[in-house]
Amino acid sequence: MTPLDPPKKLTRKDFVSDQEVRWCPGCGDYAIVAAIQRVLPKIGSTRENTVFVSGIGCSSRFPYYMNTYGFHTIHGRAPALATGVKLANPELDVWVITGDGDGLSIGGNHFLHLLRRNVNLQIILFNNRIYGLTKGQYSPTSLVGKKSPSTPLGSIDSPVTPAAFALGSGARFVSRAIDVDVKNLSAVLTRAHEFKGTGLIEVFQNCPVFNDGAFSHFTERATATETQLHLEHGKPMIFGKERDRGLRLRPGTLEIEVVTIGENGITEADLLVHDETNRAQAFLLSGLEPPLFPVALGVLFAAPAPAFEEAVLDQNRQAVELRGAGDIDALLRKGHTWTVGGDSQDS
Amino acid sequence: MDTFASQSAERESLESVVIRFAGDSGDGMQLTGTQFTQSTALMGNDLATFPDFPAEIRAPAGTTFGVSGFQIHFASRDIMTPGDAPDVLVAMNPAALKVNLPDLKVGGMLLVNTGAFTAGNLKKAGYEENPLDGDDLAPYRVLKLDISKLTLASVEPFELSTKEALRSKNMWTLGLVMWMFDRERSETVAWLEKKFAKKPEIAQANIAALNAGHAYGETAEFPQGIGCYTVPKADLEAGTYRNITGNEATSWGVVAGAKLAGIRPVLGSYPITPASTILHTLANLKEHGVVTFQAEDEIAAVCAAIGASYAGSLGLTSTSGPGVALKAEAIGLAVATELPLLIIDVQRGGPSTGLPTKTEQSDLLQAVYGRNGDCPLPVIAAQTPGDCFYMAIEAIRLAVKYMTPVMLLTDGALANSAEPWKIPSFADFEPFPANFRTDPENFHPFVRDPETLARVWAKPGTPGTEHRIGGLEKHHDSGNISYDPDNHHKMTKIRAAKVAQIADDVPAQTVDQGDAEGDLLVVGWGSTYGAISQAVSACRASGLKVSHAHIRYISPLPRGLGELLKSFKRVLIPEMNNGMLIKILRAEFLVDAKGLNKIAGQPFKVSEIEAAIRSHLSNEPSE
Repeated sequence: MTPLDPPKKLTRKDFVSDQEVRWCPGCGDYAIVAAIQRVLPKIGSTRENTVFVSGIGCSSRFPYYMNTYGFHTIHGRAPALATGVKLANPELDVWVITGDGDGLSIGGNHFLHLLRRNVNLQIILFNNRIYGLTKGQYSPTSLVGKKSPSTPLGSIDSPVTPAAFALGSGARFVSRAIDVDVKNLSAVLTRAHEFKGTGLIEVFQNCPVFNDGAFSHFTERATATETQLHLEHGKPMIFGKERDRGLRLRPGTLEIEVVTIGENGITEADLLVHDETNRAQAFLLSGLEPPLFPVALGVLFAAPAPAFEEAVLDQNRQAVELRGAGDIDALLRKGHTWTVGGDSQDS
Repeated sequence: MDTFASQSAERESLESVVIRFAGDSGDGMQLTGTQFTQSTALMGNDLATFPDFPAEIRAPAGTTFGVSGFQIHFASRDIMTPGDAPDVLVAMNPAALKVNLPDLKVGGMLLVNTGAFTAGNLKKAGYEENPLDGDDLAPYRVLKLDISKLTLASVEPFELSTKEALRSKNMWTLGLVMWMFDRERSETVAWLEKKFAKKPEIAQANIAALNAGHAYGETAEFPQGIGCYTVPKADLEAGTYRNITGNEATSWGVVAGAKLAGIRPVLGSYPITPASTILHTLANLKEHGVVTFQAEDEIAAVCAAIGASYAGSLGLTSTSGPGVALKAEAIGLAVATELPLLIIDVQRGGPSTGLPTKTEQSDLLQAVYGRNGDCPLPVIAAQTPGDCFYMAIEAIRLAVKYMTPVMLLTDGALANSAEPWKIPSFADFEPFPANFRTDPENFHPFVRDPETLARVWAKPGTPGTEHRIGGLEKHHDSGNISYDPDNHHKMTKIRAAKVAQIADDVPAQTVDQGDAEGDLLVVGWGSTYGAISQAVSACRASGLKVSHAHIRYISPLPRGLGELLKSFKRVLIPEMNNGMLIKILRAEFLVDAKGLNKIAGQPFKVSEIEAAIRSHLSNEPSE
């Protein structure tokens, strides 16, 4: 291409690498990689400026399938590595790919610190509630009682709720989507990308081999309208096939309850209105689960703040303004010096 | 101090003196030592220092484990170590006396603050009787002064609380010692004025105490054997000098090296003794384009550095042994992905938490071998505080030229010790600009330079060279994931060959002192340089056929080292560990070297090495 050629309009295909995809047939990861490959051209991403950084696990093979820059790193450490990428070049568009084991178990510490720092990148957490690549052990998001090769009598420890953990860590953008829900997944990917700071997208991803149907109680299309709440900023929280059910704060408490519009004098005006900037409300939403509640999907929380790496580099700029650009000879001569002998070049 | 004459009006001239300031952690001994050092440097002496402080930030006052010491060796000749045994010991309390008296030379001068020898302090130090009363101090020339009381009197006009007033007793002591050794106070006065700019009464009180201590020396009648001395200027090479500690030198070397490579240094680091001052120093050099990132842990620190290198900066991390252990897997990733990375290991006593504030050389094998898989990387070691500057630059040169992580070993002794350093001119350094691949033609991420075997460095943001790398084995001819058995064999061999041939790009091994053949070669590495050098010098002066070689390149070893080792009847390897370099040299060269090992958290004394040399040469090897 010569510089005179007009910029080529990129399509999904431009982001597909030549590498054969090695996930199991039916894996939810296929839907996620396809969604990203479709979203990237729409949001104006370029191949050369896009970097996918992953840890270890099934999902972390992701970068090999993207025709962009990519770094398949070590278990749990992708957030730390991606932070370094952004410190070196804040202009890069970085996506971190992690899973429930990679991001919340071995890499839980880095996940926390990435979120609280608000590094300007997107992190997609592929949550399948199981270790896939190591053949089916229970994960930190597995439900209590999960039978697996390492827990033949069922797991004992309580699972972590990723969105609640993220909100508690100080995350400023928390969203959720289902792997095969292309519309909502594309929407949250787009929103996370627009967000200046760390955009977390938790994807409920089905592992057909080791944990098939882990989320089917709310992902089944037939019952989805009853089990899913699609959040929209400024809109009342309504769900149900007839759009007649909603969420409100139980009067006098900090608890959410499900109500039916038209019953007991309830009107739409009684319902909670989604406020993306309300961390406490997002926290309440993050814990809702069937059968008592629908699962809250979409953007749970979005409250912009300065990006970490920009603030870091701003301190460098300020130092230059204040002290002038650094000079090595001056640095070495800072403080006490003395001269020995006659014809020294310094005084 | 070579000799002590009785007191006279004339200052007695001495060739060299070792002074140790010792007191409670809260007594300000490190500041006292540092100020005496500055003044001594300005007097034109050669010098070396050794700060020795406890791991506890504020150990209970008066206890032996809370004793903090600062030793300075200064001379009118070239010196390389902080000195073996002190000629002068300043003991600010009973605990400091108890801990340090065994080191004082017989006949040495002892200055004690009797004001701190209270019943409570004596008990805390474990003295059943006051040592100032018995005969225990008879072998020494003792000057007993109630420095606490003298200090209180000197700062009386400032109407400070007793507690605050007593804080100036280190300055009173410094004033007296400065008088004894003919040092200038002006720099310390300026320093106090600056340090306490916001509390001028504290500054003035300290200056008053300093001057009072000095005046006391001028006017007091001292007992027999206590006098005043001068140490003439040393004959140093012409140039501009400064004092420099190893961690300062390392930090400045990083900035200089990155500039020579033409890329931004990005430091990922996690606080750890004794490496933290590298993080502090670099965090304060932002105008040089240095980016510093205090990560959540050691692993995140090195991973951020690797990420920065991937994106085209110079990623580096500073740590100590426990941190290197945590970083091992990530360092392996940098080896596998062949990215430049500088790992600075300021070694301390181990294993585990070990002796955080004490020095040791026991990370050598960890540096060379401590990773999973066949995982070679260059390891180099600085030998003096000032050498840290040059070796940091060298580490960056190798990392960028060969696309490899490089481990730079220093240690706690180098990190904190100061020496006069002839300041180089930056223009004298040859730049080694990083070379980024921008041409998409025939690109894949493991295209290698046929000479250096370095792979190409294509940074994100460059159109046409998009690529994926990772910890999985890569095909040598495409960079794609490969599980092919022959390919893994080939890649392992290439990674090893790339590092091994760096030996052609570094100076061949030479002897630092002595002939290239003889009866005994003393081989050292790292901070033992000064002690070995002086010991060998002393032995050679008495006619022994002993030489000294110091290894700055541990892996790969320099060319010529094998021949050198075989040119001596015997080889002695002093190390501050239980025998590490010796294992490598035996394995590499089948040489029957003997070890001299000190694992005490303290540097070698010259006398210890000298004794070992004489012992090894006194019984000829049986044929």
